[in-house]
Amino acid sequence: MFKKFVPSTDIAGHTPVKTSVQRQIRANVLSQWKIEPETLEAIWPKKEGLVHVKCREHVSIYTVNSEPIFFQHFDGPFYPTLRLLHKYPYILPKVQVDRGAIRFLLAGAHMMCPGLTSAGGYLPPAEEAIPAERMVAIHAEGKEHAVGVGITKLSTEDMKKINKGVGVETATYLGDDLWAIQTL
Amino acid sequence: MGRKRAQSPPRQAAPTEDEGAGSSSQQPVEPPKEPTPPVRVIYCDVCSFPLEYCEFGSSFTRCKESLKESNEELYNKYYSDEALQSKIGTLSLEAQKKLEKDAAKKEAKAEAKADAALKKKLASQVTIKRIERTKRKHVTAIHGLEAFSIDLKKAAKQLAGRFATGASVTKNAQGLDEIVVQGDVSDEILEILEKGEGVLKGVPIDNVQVVEDKKKKTEG
Repeated sequence: MFKKFVPSTDIAGHTPVKTSVQRQIRANVLSQWKIEPETLEAIWPKKEGLVHVKCREHVSIYTVNSEPIFFQHFDGPFYPTLRLLHKYPYILPKVQVDRGAIRFLLAGAHMMCPGLTSAGGYLPPAEEAIPAERMVAIHAEGKEHAVGVGITKLSTEDMKKINKGVGVETATYLGDDLWAIQTL
Repeated sequence: MGRKRAQSPPRQAAPTEDEGAGSSSQQPVEPPKEPTPPVRVIYCDVCSFPLEYCEFGSSFTRCKESLKESNEELYNKYYSDEALQSKIGTLSLEAQKKLEKDAAKKEAKAEAKADAALKKKLASQVTIKRIERTKRKHVTAIHGLEAFSIDLKKAAKQLAGRFATGASVTKNAQGLDEIVVQGDVSDEILEILEKGEGVLKGVPIDNVQVVEDKKKKTEG
């Protein structure tokens, strides 16, 4: 999504978000992330207005204090930015890819099943299986911090069974153009 | 708002009259929940990645050096022999070698790119143009500042404040952005660029040229 993203040409405009819409977004974020309301309040205080940065191809970035905190594609889920995820790593369920996949991930590739199911990878056990179309934090073998944010294309159980093709679609990753933007 | 505030004091007073049981049942209603503090991640000064990902960046050697200088402890954590051993993990030796080779290649590429960008920057020119308007009135157009990563809007604002005239960012005939300042201020701007006042810094003075654009004399 942010492999090629030039702020000067790809941003259509900044608009402050209405309070009623902000309330809605806040409720959505709380239901989509595993986060306590208090922590969200610390990230995004009620007093600070949310600013909607509209970008091309139906991507919306939301900023607080001109710092991007999450983004959205169409009406999709609210993906936290990677910097936010680094600060609060528990808000998303975790999957892990093996070491060989890291360099492809850093080039913006989607994560294939074998990289997730191999020895270095990690998928949650069957009891905590993640269904398809859920946001996940992508971690890497031997690394402490997340390296990307993605959305599952298959349920984790299916990934183990099929073990072929795209397992997690990458939304943002370390070193993409969204990472480069620290303030908008 | 006013009404709510007026109501609240009697409510607070109520449990104190009951004492004991009343106040204890009140407490869970407002738990003193603290927001979870954020995890502090240390980012590399050079490539902006978390330190452990420097090896995948395009400036690994520089990252490594700068970390060694700034923080020996962390350096040892990531780049001591043991750390390197455990890092290889499940990857086969061949794959590891390939990875290293790729990383070196990537680094060389990034370096070449940075060099080219620097060269281009050094070669780019800034022109200060005095354009005649009517009779003794002029405007001054400054072109090419963006190559030195100067925010044109901010620069225009600064110049406007400095000279107490209008200054704006406009597109010129070639479709490139330039700053237009009202009045003939080319000498002053040259001076400012030389000193590097405010946002207008980092421009080598040799790259600045002053030109004059005279209107064709149609009337006598």
